[in-house]
Amino acid sequence: MIDTTAIYDILETVPDPEVPVLSVVDLGIIRAVRQTVDTLEIDITPTYTGCPAMKAIEQDIREALSTHGFDKVQVKLVYAPAWTTDWMSENGKKKLKEYGIAPPEKSSPDKSSIMGMAKSIACPLCGSIHTEMISQFGSTACKALYRCIDCREPFDYFKCL
Amino acid sequence: MENKDKKQEALFEYLLWLGDSALILGQRLGEWCGHGPYLEEDIALTNISLDLIGQARAFLTYAGEVEGLGKDEDQLAFFRGERAYKNCLLVEQPNGDFGQTIVKQYFYSVFAKLLFEQLSQSSDVQIAGIAAKSLKETNYHVRHAREWLFRLGDGTEESHKRVQNAVNELWLLTGDLFENSAKDGILFDAGIAFDLSKLLPEWEKQIRIDLMEATLTVPEGVFMLKGGREGKHTEFLGHILAEMQALPRTIPEGKW
Repeated sequence: MIDTTAIYDILETVPDPEVPVLSVVDLGIIRAVRQTVDTLEIDITPTYTGCPAMKAIEQDIREALSTHGFDKVQVKLVYAPAWTTDWMSENGKKKLKEYGIAPPEKSSPDKSSIMGMAKSIACPLCGSIHTEMISQFGSTACKALYRCIDCREPFDYFKCL
Repeated sequence: MENKDKKQEALFEYLLWLGDSALILGQRLGEWCGHGPYLEEDIALTNISLDLIGQARAFLTYAGEVEGLGKDEDQLAFFRGERAYKNCLLVEQPNGDFGQTIVKQYFYSVFAKLLFEQLSQSSDVQIAGIAAKSLKETNYHVRHAREWLFRLGDGTEESHKRVQNAVNELWLLTGDLFENSAKDGILFDAGIAFDLSKLLPEWEKQIRIDLMEATLTVPEGVFMLKGGREGKHTEFLGHILAEMQALPRTIPEGKW
């Protein structure tokens, strides 16, 4: 029997290649950790189907586990259940904000979201909610591009999925 | 042929249709890279392209497993000719101007949303999983294309003229989206796939509402060109495949 907590502790040290302030555990993409007779199996799920970082993440996971003596590791890509931003840890959301990326909102008091329009997202730099969406699609698949009307800074928003 | 083999063949071809449609549309959108009307839109189009190629990869990987000949998604994408491609005819059409690209994206995304909603109920857990995942991405694609449709349709005289032309030109290719294959019956019986023609009324209803809001006219009584699922394509597929496949076909064992 393996100590799953210990494995998760190791995985906590593996950063997301595109948002290095988050670990793969913070991001919620580690779906299962299993030990078979001689192999450690890790299930990971992509944030987006086309996420180009999955291969790098798989390699980083292998490397991290290998330095702790786990040499037979199988990393499996699973699609179901589909990843959701709700799986991101609270700690992860806090780290994102400090990094300058607005974390995904669970719900919003802004009525325009009910009308199918963009939600008001608080600026991660000055905290103002006077912000506007520039583009639904940002620097990576998982982010949208916003601008703060008060401090005039553009910022990324980790969009809900 | 045994029933099991028939089902396997039908499922393989169905997965190729799903994967090929996403792949060719993703490849087409990739042509916009560096040519978008402005930076943010350039990024948006290629983001959508990336989602589509991701979906294609998932479906084609599974297709390779079902076929059972040890082929991975790259082998299926790069070493099949035009007649072996099963994608719908709409996605292989050239990008044209920005308005034409938007109309193509809009017609396809609304269809894909309905399709993935249906397929997330598939009795095949792999298909259901990929569909549920793809649905989330597709919701963003619909929103993107729809917003542009309104802006361009109800925009300037020039933008209105261009998107109306695009609607008129692409309309005859939309019927092909809802064509079942003669082999699908066995998949319907197993609850793996569902009758595509049943999606048509809902698709058309949404299209009519949106086009009206965009001050555009829906073409009536148009002949519908079909054949994608049988591998009968328009002239444009051969060209895009030639470009996409040139490198791996020249150096089949090449590694990055």
